[in-house]
Amino acid sequence: MKADQSSGVIVGIAGAAGDGLDKTGDTLARTASRLGLSVFAYNSYQSIIRGGHIWLRIRLAEGKVTNHGDALHALMVLNQDSLERHVAEVEPGGVVFYDRDRVRPVPTLMRREVQEFGLPVRELAQPFGKVPAVMQNAVLLGAMLFWLEFEFAVTREVLQDTFAHKSPEIAHQNTALAQAGYQYAEQNALRPVGLSWDFGRIRRPFVTGNEALAMGAVAGGCKFYAAYPMTPASSILHWLVAHSEAAGVLVKQAEDELAVINMAIGASLSGVRAMGGTSGGGFALMSEAIGLAAMLEAPVVIVNSQRGGPSTGLPTKTGQEDLNQVLGASQGDYPRIVMAPYNTRDAYYSAAEALNLAERFQCPVIILSDLLLSEHPETLEPSDLQAALPIDRGHLLAEAPVGYKRYQMTTDGISPRVLPGTPGTTFVAASDEHDEEGNVISDQFTNAPLRRKMHEKRMRKMDGVLPLLEPPCLAGPQDAEVTLVGWGSTWGAIQEAVTQLAADGIVANHLHLKYLIPFHRDHVRKILSGSRQIAVVENNISGQFARHLLAETGIRPAHLILKYDGEPFRPREITIQTLAIVEGKPHTLGVLEHEAREIAYHHIRIHLDDRCRPSELVRRAMAEQTTPVWHTTIVDRDTAAVTGTLLIDAETGATLQWLPA
Amino acid sequence: MSDALKIDDFKGPVHPDWCPGCGDYGVLKALKEAAVALQIPPHKLMVVSGIGCSSNLPGFINAYGAHTLHGRAVPVASGARLANTDLHVVITGGDGDGYGLGLGHLIHAMRRNLNLTYIVMDNQIYGLTTGQTSPTSMLSHRTKTTPRGNVEQPINPIGLALISGATYVARGFSGNPKQLTELIAGGISHAGLALIDVFSPCVTWNKVNTYAWFRERVYDLSQEGHDPANWSVAMEKALQWGDRIPTGLIYQTYRPTYEEAEPVLGKGPLVAQDLGINQSLLDQFLAETM
Ligand SMILES: Cc1ncc(C[n+]2csc(CCOP(=O)(O)OP(=O)(O)O)c2C)c(N)n1
Ligand code: SF4
Ligand SMILES: [Mg+2]
Repeated sequence: MKADQSSGVIVGIAGAAGDGLDKTGDTLARTASRLGLSVFAYNSYQSIIRGGHIWLRIRLAEGKVTNHGDALHALMVLNQDSLERHVAEVEPGGVVFYDRDRVRPVPTLMRREVQEFGLPVRELAQPFGKVPAVMQNAVLLGAMLFWLEFEFAVTREVLQDTFAHKSPEIAHQNTALAQAGYQYAEQNALRPVGLSWDFGRIRRPFVTGNEALAMGAVAGGCKFYAAYPMTPASSILHWLVAHSEAAGVLVKQAEDELAVINMAIGASLSGVRAMGGTSGGGFALMSEAIGLAAMLEAPVVIVNSQRGGPSTGLPTKTGQEDLNQVLGASQGDYPRIVMAPYNTRDAYYSAAEALNLAERFQCPVIILSDLLLSEHPETLEPSDLQAALPIDRGHLLAEAPVGYKRYQMTTDGISPRVLPGTPGTTFVAASDEHDEEGNVISDQFTNAPLRRKMHEKRMRKMDGVLPLLEPPCLAGPQDAEVTLVGWGSTWGAIQEAVTQLAADGIVANHLHLKYLIPFHRDHVRKILSGSRQIAVVENNISGQFARHLLAETGIRPAHLILKYDGEPFRPREITIQTLAIVEGKPHTLGVLEHEAREIAYHHIRIHLDDRCRPSELVRRAMAEQTTPVWHTTIVDRDTAAVTGTLLIDAETGATLQWLPA
Repeated sequence: MSDALKIDDFKGPVHPDWCPGCGDYGVLKALKEAAVALQIPPHKLMVVSGIGCSSNLPGFINAYGAHTLHGRAVPVASGARLANTDLHVVITGGDGDGYGLGLGHLIHAMRRNLNLTYIVMDNQIYGLTTGQTSPTSMLSHRTKTTPRGNVEQPINPIGLALISGATYVARGFSGNPKQLTELIAGGISHAGLALIDVFSPCVTWNKVNTYAWFRERVYDLSQEGHDPANWSVAMEKALQWGDRIPTGLIYQTYRPTYEEAEPVLGKGPLVAQDLGINQSLLDQFLAETM
């Protein structure tokens, strides 16, 4: 798709970790945002401090954009590797910016009509004294700003605000470098993108899902937040610590996730709104205590921001792989609510809603987020986040009535709550099964009917939850060839895929689920009964949500569109797979050419020296080999001389053999 | 003083389900006596436990309480205390609960120095689960799961507390209720984390460390001019085991508590603070992102 004002310009920035890319990306995003554009960024980073490959995408548009988009319109690369790996993604008409001193263009990898624009960074930086390497990006950024037709004055202001508190000198140097790049682009006839932007010039908040969620928690009355650092949940902890005093939230980094949830439960028992945050591994450690919260009827909210698993898995990559874990958390049956916010704004309101539901139903509420939602920043409308939110403390009594029973068996299952410290009564919140007063009936004084009724009382609370949750609704035309069903953070990509499909002449619609427990069974059944074909879209390998949908509604979706490589969906990927479904084409798992190329880069990094790169790839059958093979020619980067051929199994992805020339 | 609290005010709703003769009766009594001595009303006392015979204690005393998971009493108590600093939070549990499953939490609680009183009913055995070896079972002790005798060095709770930064470290014996009451009262009054390891014999499953066994060996440090302010001497006492075993207040020091260092608690107990946010503060937070 060509760059235009409404679907936006997509810019890629690639380099090594430690190159200072985040700052460059940030400056660009903020400039766009201050000009009044809508911004959506995604940082596909690795959890290392230096080295490795960093890959940042920023989408800028006049209207709201809901995902990081498909192909690139501009690319800025800070090293040779980055150029080679991403330059083919640049659309015809696009541009590639690079440092002429460090990077050599590879015309064979580029698509037609892509401008290559190398800048003599060292020379341009010279007048400004000793410039650290991480600052030299500013020169490339300047050229990018010129191409985008952004006003330099706005960037100057952003750099001032970003660096002035560090030192005026750094702010000044960065600005001078960016300006040098801007002027160089102007003087050297760089052809700008050619959009007549209508800059709105409203200042918009530019926040990540975790920041929004943390602010929503504060607005929702959270007073206690515990966490043990774990990507991608850590930035909730970081934001709350930084704003702890102003927001009046006690933030505790605990010794482990067992402590996190148990501290939150303790705080909740004392009567404050308590939350904990983690990712899948930490959530696994919390499992037993999720059931404890349910048994003690202690309101607590747990955020599980998912990353790729199992085990340590992909610490800095996204996934929706913990649904099964969350559904299966803890032993026994117990009331709980599980919700998956679908975008940044929703993350804000979900946090507050979760706190209300937790207190109202005195049970654990789990917010299932993921790395994409947690960490990508996007612009919101200034009015998107409202501070005044209803705080529903549920059935909380300031005084203990005569004959008070903490676990009173009521018709709706909700027992009035009195907090420790209230005179006139006492009770024990017990993890063993107990009677209405909290006395244990698990062991010495067992009582089958009381156990039955207490168990029913707790579970009965769930009946009251569903009516409070906004039911899902179908987006797009009622009658469609295919219904895409998603949950959580895939919302933005799916809804754009629906638009792309329409452009391709395929009528699709979109059903998105936020509430996973309890489930809007009847609504979903009714909506899906009108669907001709159902495809569930999710970021895992087994179709966890599709199975949940089957369990809840009896509907077995015929198609799954799955992604589990650690990257979030791009709309086009969903579109392509949907087209294949509509055309009845089978989905294959073979290794595609660009994937074979990435596998070759990995082999080079580990076993060969960095001076080579993959060039031609040919997929061929081979004698003595039942599966086809990618014959990957590896050449010297400098001389282009062939160094050998790498054989990659086009089905399994195995690196079969290295044949030196 | 007619409305002064008496021991009956702390009588729990049910009679303890412990075996007759269990050491935990003495601990329960001493805890009530301490509450009486300090005149803490039942609604200001919160007793938090894990799982085990000893951890059943909160159900047997008139106070607010939480009977949590095996090994997790310390973090639940920590959260409860951070959320309401008007409560006296006492943790009660066993050696398995506190020095086995919950050991990690205990060490962190000690270095954190929250204002908590932790009473461990140390019977050197797993009572509730019918007599398996525990982290404090002595070497060569034959238990259900160590039929040839325990080969693992027992944990030294007192030594551990001393090197982990506990600010009140004591050892009691449920056969000495007067001393135990004083130690518990001292622990509750102490500003900071108090660890009180109590020999609390399991008459059913531990036939080695019986009342008689302890009576022959224990002595009271206060009778021997012990200086609880001296950490090195305290450490020597921590290592003393065998014919003579010290009891009493082993070490006490003062260090700012975690609560004192937490700025958010400067505005009073968390539970009494306002909830939510106003638009101007939210706008300020949002402005930081622009
Ligand atoms: C996670 C977990 N593991 C195991 C148990 C079983 N269990 C209950 S109590 C206990 C040991 C109790 O020993 P201790 O803490 O010394 O208490 P005592 O009964 O001796 O007073 C065990 C292993 C449990 N309840 N939860
Ligand atoms: S089994 Fe041991 S610890 Fe448990 S109640 Fe009986 S005597 Fe006490
Ligand atoms: Mg024990």
